[in-house]
Amino acid sequence: MAAIDRRPGIRPRATLGRRLDVTARHAFPVTCTILLMLLTELPFGFAAQTALLPSLTLACVWFWSLYRPRAMLPPLVFLIGMLLDLMGYLPLGVGVLTLLCTHGVAVRWRRQLAPQGFALVWLAFLPVAAMAAALAWALTALLTFRLIPIGPAVFQAVLSAAIYPVLAIPLAHAHRGVADPERA
Amino acid sequence: MIRLSIPARQALGKLTLPVLIVGAFGMLLLGKADTLLAERARMALADALAPIYAALAEPLGSVRSVAEQAADLWSLRADNERLREENERLRRWQGVALALDAENQRLKASLRWIPDPTASFTTARVVADAGGVYARAVLLSVGPNHGIRKGEIALDERGLVGRVTEVGARTARVLLITDLNSRIPVILENSRAHAILAGTNGPRPRLLYWPEGSPPQEGERVVTSAEANAFPANLPVGVVRHSASNAPEVEPAAMLSKLEVVRIFDYGLDGVVAPEAPTRPGLRVSAGPPLGSR
Repeated sequence: MAAIDRRPGIRPRATLGRRLDVTARHAFPVTCTILLMLLTELPFGFAAQTALLPSLTLACVWFWSLYRPRAMLPPLVFLIGMLLDLMGYLPLGVGVLTLLCTHGVAVRWRRQLAPQGFALVWLAFLPVAAMAAALAWALTALLTFRLIPIGPAVFQAVLSAAIYPVLAIPLAHAHRGVADPERA
Repeated sequence: MIRLSIPARQALGKLTLPVLIVGAFGMLLLGKADTLLAERARMALADALAPIYAALAEPLGSVRSVAEQAADLWSLRADNERLREENERLRRWQGVALALDAENQRLKASLRWIPDPTASFTTARVVADAGGVYARAVLLSVGPNHGIRKGEIALDERGLVGRVTEVGARTARVLLITDLNSRIPVILENSRAHAILAGTNGPRPRLLYWPEGSPPQEGERVVTSAEANAFPANLPVGVVRHSASNAPEVEPAAMLSKLEVVRIFDYGLDGVVAPEAPTRPGLRVSAGPPLGSR
């Protein structure tokens, strides 16, 4: 909702173009997360491309839950998690649970973290990424009744931590620019 | 829309996350109870996304080939030298191979050998990585009326890639031999000993259960075995390499990390099929006749 709409008073009804603009800006975080997820599946031929999808999704969900929780609502996180499970060939529900937990942590710490600088937010993301990778690993091992190697999980945590700064710069620009409903 | 008081709406808002977390646990259980459901949802999603991937794979491939050409230009001279040498060596081998082939034909003719049926194959483009953090697989884009079935065998130009595990309307998923769930009966070529090739999700699958007294030798070629009627005999799989901890592993002959095009062979084998409830009606509609009817 734009700042002007919060003030009491009678105003002309918003035009269709404006309403569409506001909706698009509200939908930006989820749309860009899903598009980025789809992009990671293309056969680029990187060595460890499969770890990119969960890492990128986690970083996106963390960023938007922290800075724009009204556009990254729990049901949408659930939807993104389901896509992650289906596209990443994880056991059904593993991605959903990790992303929802990450979202919960971000929303809980939001008041303390959001005003802080980038470095502190990143520092807070490190244990979250580690816990998310550990949770996904433990759940996958439990659901397949098998001790799976821990290497990929460690790599995924490291990749999540490493990808966050790369992702945060354009996302922060978008947060203040194209994704800001106040600018509609 | 139902109008709620502000406290009620706040309370509902606070409840959403816990309810959804419970829902996620429910999904875990559901996915465990009905694995087919997840599989079908995955293939439906893959079918929906395949056209996008296929459209994007082409320009991506050309960009990649330009980059590769640039890299090739650098190493042109060294490559030429190496290829000349290799050509020389291969020419000698070709002579040997032709002589052996002729001898083989003669011997088979005198033995009244029943030739193996020639397998039909389809060629398909790899459009996406269908693996995950804990799985190794690729997604193929196949035409709408493909006739590919579960259990068919995927090869690239060098060797065995894997088997088709899931078939959608216009996509097929191939589980690579490096996947954690892959088990393949193989023969060690020198000793003719049987063994099982088990994937580890790493780049090199491990050899298991070879007979006592004929341990896999370093550099020995590994080929598929016709045992259990899941694979035809003698498809090239790779060569034996010993890991740092002296466990025998196989370096795959196929270039599994950069698959672009694979061939799917139908050998008409119905030994071990990828697990699926055979009694469910309507599942194999797009996948040709049921396996038992051949």
